[in-house]
Amino acid sequence: MSEKVGVYICHCGSNIAGVVDVEEVAKWAGENLDNVAVSRDYKFMCSSLGQELIEDDIKNEGLTRVVVAACSPHLHEKTFRRACSNGGLNPYLCQMTSIREQVSWVIEDKEAATEKAKAMISGAVRRVQLHEELQPTEVPVNPHTLIVGGGIAGIQAALELADAGYPVYLVEREPSIGGHMAQFDKTFPTLDCAACILTPKMSDVGNHPNITLMTYSEVEDISGFVGNFDVRIKKKARYVDEDTCTGCGICIEKCPKKIVDDVFEVGMGLRKAIYRPFPQAVPNFPVIDTENCTYFERGKCKACEIFCPTEAIDFEQQDTYVDVKAGNVILATGYDLFDVKRMPQYGHGRLANVFTSLEFERMCNASGPTEGKIVLRDGVTQPESVAIVHCVGSRDENYNTYCSSICCMGALKFGHLVMEKTGAEVYSCYIDMRTYHKGYEEFYNRLLEEGMHFIRGKVAEVTDAARIEEEEGKLIVQVEDTLLGIQRRVPVDMVILMAALEPRADAREVGLQFGIACSMEGWFTERHPKLDPVATMTDGIFIAGAAQGPKDIPATVAQGAAAAARVQGMVTIGTVKIEPVVATINEEKCSGCRICNTLCPFNAIEFKEEEQVSFINTALCKGCGTCVAACPAQAISGAHYSNGQILAELEGLLYDVVASNGSHAAQAEPEAVPA
Amino acid sequence: MKKYAYFPGCSLEKIALSYNQSTIESTQKVGIELEELEDWNCCGATAYFHVDELLAYTLCARNIAMAEKLNLDLVAPCSACFKNTYFTNKALKGDPDLADNINVALAEDDLHFSGSIEVRHLMEVFVEDVGFDQLKESVTHPLEGLRVAPYYGCQIVRPQKDHENVEEPQFFEGLMSAIGADPIPYALKMRCCGGSLLISSREAALNMIYNLLKNAVDSEAQVIATACPMCQINLECYQPQVNQEYGTNFHVPVVYFTQLIGLSMGLPMKAIGLGSELIAATPLAQYAT
Repeated sequence: MSEKVGVYICHCGSNIAGVVDVEEVAKWAGENLDNVAVSRDYKFMCSSLGQELIEDDIKNEGLTRVVVAACSPHLHEKTFRRACSNGGLNPYLCQMTSIREQVSWVIEDKEAATEKAKAMISGAVRRVQLHEELQPTEVPVNPHTLIVGGGIAGIQAALELADAGYPVYLVEREPSIGGHMAQFDKTFPTLDCAACILTPKMSDVGNHPNITLMTYSEVEDISGFVGNFDVRIKKKARYVDEDTCTGCGICIEKCPKKIVDDVFEVGMGLRKAIYRPFPQAVPNFPVIDTENCTYFERGKCKACEIFCPTEAIDFEQQDTYVDVKAGNVILATGYDLFDVKRMPQYGHGRLANVFTSLEFERMCNASGPTEGKIVLRDGVTQPESVAIVHCVGSRDENYNTYCSSICCMGALKFGHLVMEKTGAEVYSCYIDMRTYHKGYEEFYNRLLEEGMHFIRGKVAEVTDAARIEEEEGKLIVQVEDTLLGIQRRVPVDMVILMAALEPRADAREVGLQFGIACSMEGWFTERHPKLDPVATMTDGIFIAGAAQGPKDIPATVAQGAAAAARVQGMVTIGTVKIEPVVATINEEKCSGCRICNTLCPFNAIEFKEEEQVSFINTALCKGCGTCVAACPAQAISGAHYSNGQILAELEGLLYDVVASNGSHAAQAEPEAVPA
Repeated sequence: MKKYAYFPGCSLEKIALSYNQSTIESTQKVGIELEELEDWNCCGATAYFHVDELLAYTLCARNIAMAEKLNLDLVAPCSACFKNTYFTNKALKGDPDLADNINVALAEDDLHFSGSIEVRHLMEVFVEDVGFDQLKESVTHPLEGLRVAPYYGCQIVRPQKDHENVEEPQFFEGLMSAIGADPIPYALKMRCCGGSLLISSREAALNMIYNLLKNAVDSEAQVIATACPMCQINLECYQPQVNQEYGTNFHVPVVYFTQLIGLSMGLPMKAIGLGSELIAATPLAQYAT
């Protein structure tokens, strides 16, 4: 029995109809293409009236196949599949062909565009007749969510989910949650103290019955698929028993070993060998740093054990592994600060009073190494003048071309704090001021009024080589003032470098582990930059915060909440439909060569040792077709992309090409070519 | 023995004779043979590229083509010669149309540019090809305790190459350490010496020289080492004028790095051109054989 195909050509207003003669194409298709029962053009096929056209024709004309020639299937494939479904046709018996993105938007010549539209519709009509009915499979969604990273993004996501009643595993690499925000002093533009707004959330996380908090832990391994991930978490040995420790801190007090804290205090302050990063740490159990602990170095000391009132110190503790199941994952792994030593012209590490932005945050922080006093490296002298250098490692083709987005506002905040605390003159050397969110421009205006000096120009170097008497003993900032058109040398006591935000050093490995992509720079790639910013191309894996790109606290919090909302939707429905457009292996043909195993970008192919054949996990397969093309035994077929279907489409595209023997491209028979 | 084509440049024939002498002597000591180009020509110096780019390229391309004929990489000790020749080689390799044009002119002289060789600065040859390890082996009289200010000048790292740190290079320091000297850190090691600015703006040029001398002397340098005849002249010959202008009392010797290498390998002062400078290199006397 031959199929009855309905062809629908969309005008898309004037997007398509302005270039393609849609009426002519519709008429041509109805008259010239085999098995076309109905051929129509319509102003907006995606409108409800357009969809009803399809539904009515299926019912009244008995259509068995549908072709919609309109925009890219990325946009409306779902719409037309649903229309077919509403009309009583299996949704996979519908084929879209893009005569907008691939025709009217890229071809100026109207005649040529009309001809190409015809060819593409011809291909779709031939292909759709070989389509098979497919059924999505439905799998349950485990209600637990794994959140990786306990900065403000992860904290927000965890609380949103937990407050809604869903269980969360929050895994953090450092001994405490809090992330970079815990290191900050004030937050722009309102200048509320970071700790004051962060620590209540941290303690909520620590006490929430729905949150299982695992700090000093890392995800070791993850397998499975959306709704059903198996996760192995490594809990690094703290050498402190979490069940008996009360967090009293006597061990920290008694520990005789002091070392420079390179992580939380970014080298500005000291900590003990048994430590918690900061007073409000959650959890408040300390950790022993075995690299610096006297007992681990020399086998003697044990001061912490001797003084611990609850016998919580356990030098024998080992790393442990916890296996959990989770339905969804949110990656909120944050950013690393650009290593300013890569720009030696700015003198960090060589000139004592050059600080990084994070060093300065710690200095401003009342619980930081200087108790909030803004002083030079000597620890006592207040600066009388401070220069803030913008775009250190950002907007610079030698390092990172992107804008780190938070530094301009951070610089304004620093300027305010310096002037407030010391009365010093502050010079901001910027390329462009970028203060674009709510209340930000007002903050910039405030600083202009407060008397901060703004010099538009990228700093060439910071040097201590004085030329004139006024420069002696100062740091001299050499900068071209592009507004005045002159070179300036600004002698100051202190320089703050607004370092770029960079992807985590291990972001690519983490992306690989969780099966998601990274941008060129190493930021996690979202499913759609505008319309789907927290989902990824891998179902069940979401991203939030600076791991996706540089962003400030408000944007980070918004993404944390957004990711939680996406997960909630999945968990509330309780099941997830898995797309049936997947590849399958004919086990009888499979030689067990395993070529496909390593090629699969989604890790969907396993090898069955007993049968010596490969096997595709349909829940993980995205139907990309890589394995289908690579299989030397042609043992793999891709549903919806069989060789027959693709060849039929090609033959349709070439309908008007005449071979040297005078014959036209033949219409392929179903299953004429083995898959 | 590694062999290179050698393009000494105009300065080394007259005013920087000691650079030429010490280059020839010190390279021999580390097993390098320099074959001087027959009938080489001026590189065009600072000015010519701004007057007529095509002719300036042609000038440099002629020297490169002669080295190609010898099938040897071309070494220039003068930073300006190096910079012009390096850029010409790079420009012509990347622009076949330009090379075709210039080859028409070169054909008159029976020469042809094909882009088959590299252009190197003499210091690169010591740092990369000889290497610090081999250099150390050749040192017989290490310059222990000699505080040297390694002065890069502005041109030597200007053709930015991928592997080099152009903002804070360390190879000159490494070279000085390899011969036993003590390279001092100072901020202006790559700042321009003024070049030919003395001709057009004496005041501005003297200020540049003053800053350099002051920074090196404040950083306790006993001697400044250079790799460029222009830098050497500016820093040495104009010290009296700087002193007059600024009321200072600079008398710091400015020598070529090859002279220090030669000294550390036991070459006699005279053979490497020491003893003819305007500001006597007294701190070096104790290392002489």
